[in-house]
Amino acid sequence: MLEVNVALKVGSFQLEVAFQNQKTFTALFGQSGSGKSLTLNLISGLIRPNEGFIRLDGVTFVDINEGIFEPMHRRRVGVVFQDSNLFPHMSVRQNLLFGRWFAPKGDRRIDFDQVIEVLGIGKLLKRPPSRLSGGERQRVAIGRALLSCPRLLLFDEPMAALDMERKLEILPLIERIRDEFRVPMVYVSHAIEEVVRLADLIVVIDAGKVKAIGGPGEVFSAASAQSEEARFDRSSVLTVRVAGENARYGLTELKHSSGVIWLGGAAGPAGSEARVIIKATDVVLANEPAHRTSVRSVLQGKVLSIHDSGPFAMVEIALAGDNHLFAAATRQAVDELGLQKGCDVFALIKTAALDEAKIAPAHVS
Amino acid sequence: MFHLNAAEWTAIWLSLRIAIVATLISLPFGIAAAYALARGRFPGKSLLNGIIHLPLVLPPVVTGFLLLMLLGRRGALGPFLASIGIVLSFRWTGAAVACAVMGFPLMVRAMRLSFEAVDRRLELAAGTLGASGPWRFFLVSLPLAFPGIIVGSILAFAKALGEFGATITFVSNIPGETQTISAAIYTYTQVPGGDESALRLTIVAIVIALAALFASEIFQKMGEKRIASLE
Repeated sequence: MLEVNVALKVGSFQLEVAFQNQKTFTALFGQSGSGKSLTLNLISGLIRPNEGFIRLDGVTFVDINEGIFEPMHRRRVGVVFQDSNLFPHMSVRQNLLFGRWFAPKGDRRIDFDQVIEVLGIGKLLKRPPSRLSGGERQRVAIGRALLSCPRLLLFDEPMAALDMERKLEILPLIERIRDEFRVPMVYVSHAIEEVVRLADLIVVIDAGKVKAIGGPGEVFSAASAQSEEARFDRSSVLTVRVAGENARYGLTELKHSSGVIWLGGAAGPAGSEARVIIKATDVVLANEPAHRTSVRSVLQGKVLSIHDSGPFAMVEIALAGDNHLFAAATRQAVDELGLQKGCDVFALIKTAALDEAKIAPAHVS
Repeated sequence: MFHLNAAEWTAIWLSLRIAIVATLISLPFGIAAAYALARGRFPGKSLLNGIIHLPLVLPPVVTGFLLLMLLGRRGALGPFLASIGIVLSFRWTGAAVACAVMGFPLMVRAMRLSFEAVDRRLELAAGTLGASGPWRFFLVSLPLAFPGIIVGSILAFAKALGEFGATITFVSNIPGETQTISAAIYTYTQVPGGDESALRLTIVAIVIALAALFASEIFQKMGEKRIASLE
């Protein structure tokens, strides 16, 4: 279990973060300057907090009251930095083995060949880092941190410097590492799609304080409900099960207890769980399932609340299975449909929008 | 004909020996001082920086005289050094010390720059991978600063070859013991008919200096290439 409860003052910036996670994957989510990277540096030991403690599975990294501060090289916490920070004077292989050499012999449980295989870097071993592409560097950096057999693996916006294509290549790798090597991880990012896809627990940090904490579904419904203005920023996260592929059209059917969502492309093997991000502006509301439209993804629910803002209204819909869905509509449409709290309503989702939405960056303020 | 006589050869070999020894003994201290100045945060850092640079701005004769007062037979530390078997005054070892002191600021400047050019984040990355301070220094900082270490050493070596003022003040001008190329040239210009010898030694000095500068350039280029590969 990872327990963090720290306070730090840097100039006029005050950081106060507390959370604990029993599961493997914690995401620290927030805008740049929110203090999430600072929190990560406190965990890795690059900086010392003014107050508080950080513990991992009974091992104390720092406890100001007890006067304990383990220096970074004794914490055995692997860090994957935004810019890979590979050692330029060493080959890829030497980079990969650097941390391993410092790990106590009995703790070298992570297998070199397995890491090479998962990350697909077998052909790069003899090269110097200067002859790697951005995506390759980041894969080597992940391997280097992993092979130090860390107690905890930290990611500091590992994909911020990569283009979309590289991101789509790295993201499944991190997912695989999470599932295959069972190292607890803390992942810092301001990209909602990364966080939603990977995390068990999301800690939303804003201006140095924890603003929301919980699983992906709860956190984003709660966080987005707090901002009244930006309707484009509102998203809902639905947990769905992959039902199967329609090979002829290249679509994937996702089952939710409130209905069916079609997704362009693949979303994983049948039966597996997936999370879908749906922007409020991509949802159409109807009193009855619309038969003669192009929309194929339909969910049924009950209106939970309606918030007006100028000509628009944000409708929050309770779906079966404790998921919430936000829909942006005009106030006029809400009135003409006669939508009120408690009404049954059908949410129509454009599949063409979803394909993008699954990976498109969307920010929660 | 370019033919060097025995006395000239003696001066050349002595110069080379003094310069090599001076460079080697100042090397560990130079690296330590450069790293401390580049990375360290301690009280008196500017004072240390000032003291290291003093020989660069003081008249060499003043430095030589200070060395004489400090390390000479009747100097502050002289009796102590003599009691443990080290006599520096009027010996080639004293010349090496004088040259080391004079070359030290040049050595430290070059090394400090190259330590400062090492990306701090690489040292921190090494730390998170389990490397303690000394390991980080020897596995990351030192190898990455290596071209600068070489450049600093070559500069100190070249300075030692040409050192005159501090050396002659501290250890005098004794043929075969403390008479370096520079001192020999000076001596030859003071005696009738010595111009030819002076000219030959001058050519030798130019050749050695050029070779040292050339080597320094090559290592500097290597360093730039390595830094460029970081991006």
